[in-house]
Amino acid sequence: MDFTEQVAKQLLSRHGINTPTGIAVSADWPNLDLTRAMAVFAGKPVAVKAQVPAGGRGKAGGVVLTADPMSAIARMAGTKLGDHTVKQILVEEQVNIAHELYMAVAVDGSTGGPLLMFSPEGGVDIESSDTPLATVAMAVDAEPDQSQLATALAQAGCPEPVDEVAATAARLFAAFTAADAELLEINPLAVTTDGAVVALDGKLTVDDSAAGRQEQLATHASVPPVTGLEAKAAEHGLRFIELDGSVGVLANGAGLTMTTMDAITHYGGRPANFLEIGGDAYTLAVPALEVVLANPKVRSLIVNFCGAFARCDVMTGGVIEAWKTLQPDIPVFFSIHGTGMDEARDMVRRELGAEPFEYMDDAIKAAVRAAADSDDDSVTGTDS
Amino acid sequence: MILQPDHKVVVAGLTGSQGSFWSEKMMAYGTNVVAGISASKAGTEHLGVPVVGSFTQAAERTGLDVAVMFVPPAAALPLTLDAIAAGAHTVVVLTEFIPVHDTMRIVAAARDSGATVVGPNTAGIVTVSQGFAGFMPAFNDRIFIPGRVGVISRSGSLGTLACMELTRAGRGQSVFIGIGGDPVSGTSTADALTALESHPQTDAVVLIGEIGGSKEEEAAEVVASMSKPVAAFIAGRAAPVGKKMGHAGALIVGDRGTYQSKRSALTAAGAVVVDVPSQLPEALDDA
Repeated sequence: MDFTEQVAKQLLSRHGINTPTGIAVSADWPNLDLTRAMAVFAGKPVAVKAQVPAGGRGKAGGVVLTADPMSAIARMAGTKLGDHTVKQILVEEQVNIAHELYMAVAVDGSTGGPLLMFSPEGGVDIESSDTPLATVAMAVDAEPDQSQLATALAQAGCPEPVDEVAATAARLFAAFTAADAELLEINPLAVTTDGAVVALDGKLTVDDSAAGRQEQLATHASVPPVTGLEAKAAEHGLRFIELDGSVGVLANGAGLTMTTMDAITHYGGRPANFLEIGGDAYTLAVPALEVVLANPKVRSLIVNFCGAFARCDVMTGGVIEAWKTLQPDIPVFFSIHGTGMDEARDMVRRELGAEPFEYMDDAIKAAVRAAADSDDDSVTGTDS
Repeated sequence: MILQPDHKVVVAGLTGSQGSFWSEKMMAYGTNVVAGISASKAGTEHLGVPVVGSFTQAAERTGLDVAVMFVPPAAALPLTLDAIAAGAHTVVVLTEFIPVHDTMRIVAAARDSGATVVGPNTAGIVTVSQGFAGFMPAFNDRIFIPGRVGVISRSGSLGTLACMELTRAGRGQSVFIGIGGDPVSGTSTADALTALESHPQTDAVVLIGEIGGSKEEEAAEVVASMSKPVAAFIAGRAAPVGKKMGHAGALIVGDRGTYQSKRSALTAAGAVVVDVPSQLPEALDDA
């Protein structure tokens, strides 16, 4: 789950990290927040910031420093930044910056624990900076030792007040832990001319698997941009991603599904989707097939099962049921191996009169060829 | 992390439908399952072994070497900590969707105690024709036959496919190690390679990776120092950037975790990287 700056800053603030005074304004007006913001910030220099969970906002025009927030808001509202439409705008007081730092805590796959990352050169150019990030591995269950953090930060070139920056790091770690975050980032973390340490931005990604115990936070998650079909799949708890190709993919397990897409590409075709029905979703073949076939770009379908936990007979039964219900006008090719394969293959022969392929590669080649032939036919059809 | 026939295996969730189904298969295959854990069914028997309330109790009553988790995500952390405290030297965590902060606690506890955690979100471990812990079709002789190739895979379904391709080519397997699809794993691909390099029954290794994270890049450092040949396949070449491909860990961020980064690292280390899994057996001859 991704969150806007506004939500991230509320989290930071709850854990004692300074943030600028700010008011979030809906892009639908007139509204009371806008009226309030105009009153609070009248005549003061402010930052006007589009609330979308995407990086690179500053460079894309999503952050404007101005003394005329009304015009900036009017220009920004409803525009697109990347895949996101600007629906909310944060108006904040400006602060006098002496230093811009970078600080984040993230889940580190390499060490299997949380990692604090720091740079004395924060700001919009962090990704092109030559200074490598300083990193400190954090103990997952312990309170961080602030004097050790201060020593590490000072070695990495942190300006004064180092102790206050170290205290901010400890608070950031506490917020990261409390929110089940995968990433909690402050960039820039400002040291102001009067020596305060203030988070000028906030980026938060929370573990999807923790949504159940982060119920409160989850209600504020940004809705990712999805296609209509992706939304329909999500209603059934299916992990579906729409792609540009013409070979529909139905496979079990993330690894095998990606491999099916790779093999389609290797043999000259293009996959129409990512969709896996492994794990607990393996009984969902009917809605899965509905979603795949609802994509008008699909010209052929590869059903690729390699059953371990997921049983091929159960998944295949669902596919056959869906096939009979939907009666799609495209060819389907089966590769079925692993747990329950013999029963599943017999079902395909009996119910659909089709012969499953012995080799996955042959089934995929056949699906690629069928999709190409169908495209050729449609071109001929247009010409004649 | 390599299951031995004399290892005493205790299954949490033995009495549940999946735990029951797979434990029966594990036992039929020769796995030495000695007890099950269930809070509500403690004191009963299931599949001919006692059901007790905790790993600590199992350790006292039947002994405990390997713990297996067929449990829901919320139960995985307390039960794994219990198993580690009770002295399990290996814990196989099959559960998918464990919050990653719980997994980090599991990994830290394992490190402190010297235990090995395999997973989470793994399909398990197999020692071919001796035993398995998890849900791999070890008992299907069109997929697994005894031999001397060790197979390491992040994905269970793809690991199954790789073993089947080897079996078709007459190349049997010694062990299968499922790393799991999560961004944080108790056993890394590099750890598994290190184990197979010193495993006397393994002569060659097939490594099945996928996009996202840096497990394969780290594994490449081990490959470079290995005496045994390594053939590899990386899933996700055709995956779009920035989308989570089913596995929580299979996400490309910027230029990190890309197919090309992994393929280059493994190739430079001396592994033969193939385009489709069916090329794996032949690649072992070239590696």
